[in-house]
Amino acid sequence: MNEQLTKYLMMLGDNAMILGHRLSELCGHGPSLETDIALTNISLDLYGQVRSYFQYAAELGGEEVSEDTIAFLRKERTYLNVVLVEQPNEDFGHVIVRQFLYDMFQSFMTPALMNSADERIAAIAAKSIKETRYHLRFSTSWMKRLGAGTEESKARIQAAVNHLLPFADEFFVMTAIEKEMYEEGIGPDLQTFKEDFYSKVKEVLIEAELSMPESAPRVVKGKTGIHSEHMGYILNELQYMQRTYPQMEW
Amino acid sequence: MDNIENLSARFQERIDAGEKIEPKDWMPEKYRKTHIRQISQHAHSEIVGMLPEGNWITRAPSLKRKLGLLAKVQDEAGHGLYLYSAAETLGISRDEMTQQLLTGKAKYSSIFNYPTLTWADIGAIGWLVDGAAIINQVMLTRTSFGPYARAMVRICKEESFHQRQGYEIMLTLCNGTPEQKEMAQDALNRTWWPSLMMFGPRDEDSPNTKQSMAWKIKRKTNDELRQQFVDITVPQAEFLGLKMPDPEIKWNEERGHYDFGAIDWDEFWQVVKGNGPCNKERIAARQKAWDDGQWVRDAALAYSEKRSNCGERSEGIKVQRSKGKIA
Ligand SMILES: [Fe+2]
Ligand SMILES: [Fe+2]
Ligand SMILES: [Fe+2]
Repeated sequence: MNEQLTKYLMMLGDNAMILGHRLSELCGHGPSLETDIALTNISLDLYGQVRSYFQYAAELGGEEVSEDTIAFLRKERTYLNVVLVEQPNEDFGHVIVRQFLYDMFQSFMTPALMNSADERIAAIAAKSIKETRYHLRFSTSWMKRLGAGTEESKARIQAAVNHLLPFADEFFVMTAIEKEMYEEGIGPDLQTFKEDFYSKVKEVLIEAELSMPESAPRVVKGKTGIHSEHMGYILNELQYMQRTYPQMEW
Repeated sequence: MDNIENLSARFQERIDAGEKIEPKDWMPEKYRKTHIRQISQHAHSEIVGMLPEGNWITRAPSLKRKLGLLAKVQDEAGHGLYLYSAAETLGISRDEMTQQLLTGKAKYSSIFNYPTLTWADIGAIGWLVDGAAIINQVMLTRTSFGPYARAMVRICKEESFHQRQGYEIMLTLCNGTPEQKEMAQDALNRTWWPSLMMFGPRDEDSPNTKQSMAWKIKRKTNDELRQQFVDITVPQAEFLGLKMPDPEIKWNEERGHYDFGAIDWDEFWQVVKGNGPCNKERIAARQKAWDDGQWVRDAALAYSEKRSNCGERSEGIKVQRSKGKIA
């Protein structure tokens, strides 16, 4: 049971960490100081959540396990984030759509986790609910701004939606770990909010004067540790110091 | 109606009496121009300074350090914002200032034209570069131009936090393995001299100092500030157990200060002229951010115009920053 719970915590933390990593790549390179500050804020919030989940996972592990060994010293196949969050910062439109889809999912996931039978998870979720709502407000407002802004922004954000929305389906595929967590009352049945997720997404797209792509969901299995080719390069950077200088205090 | 001479005399009286000059007050044109130049240069330094440190965010060695560095670089963006706003009160727009940076018309602190090669550079920058900046900026909290002085008060608090965080990174490295200590020593060796150059040319080569002192933009000369920095830093390096990369550093009982060796002013001027190790890359990075962001800024503007035409309340592109959150 502990082993499955640990994996579940990694799954929750890995999503936040890899998305936080992508956002942190942008720090100092965004379209305006204001967006730089806002996206860095979101990245900081996500990394705060990562620490909460991994510290908990570290307590369940042995003496030699720490939040940092969990974050930095695993093999790629044991990272359990969805493939969506690995997708690169192609342009600001991709950054916003990736964020929007993640935030929208979290707007269902976080309240569900607040009811978790696991008190620690419930507490972490309760602590992050305000952040989740703020992130969704931010990304939604940019969806609208870019959708209804100029011809160019509309074309770019629509292209990003077309490219990224098919990755969202992975959120709702129940892996063995998630099924077990659901049975234990620790995690939600993801299928229950799938429909609401898509109708909310559609609502925003309509308001943003964008259209919902018809394309079929992508066959991706990040939650079982099968990632995109981007992941290896992310881990290269993420793990660089810990791999080059093993077992040191920083 | 007063003539210019009377106005100038009264302006100087106000400054001598320690009054703050506000944007709407009469001021000599040269005072205005000097401030636009200095404040925008300072703002550009905050923004370009995000690049060398940002270079290590994705590779930070622990979650705690990553959060610390992200927050620090974000603070610098906030400093840039306050400073651009302070300069805007003098009648120049942020976009104009940005163009001056990109075309090379406006300068920024040369220290950011050096590369960050190891994690220890992040420690050394916090300790030395933020440390040197604080010495300058504490002086500037009492500068005569009100908006600049007030921006400095806010910024100084965060800079001291950065300085302590940087020193703490160095301390951890120095208490770590021999490899870590060597990394710290190497970072000090590379960062020391450029940090001393941050205070600008020697007093005898700094023609603007006299006017700046009269206007209370500066209250101490470059050499005085540099000496202050050396006096503070040498004992800190000793505490870390690091060796100063200057054999001439020695306590001078008579002067009550540390003596130190000669700065390589050729290198200083070369880097100022654009020939430093990273000048081209820094401006290229800012140019790319500007170009890539153009369609986003255009869209935000078009959207807010559409919204205000519809009589709806515009959300606008600008977001207010407050205590780590934006609204
Ligand atoms: Fe700063
Ligand atoms: Fe500064
Ligand atoms: Fe700073």
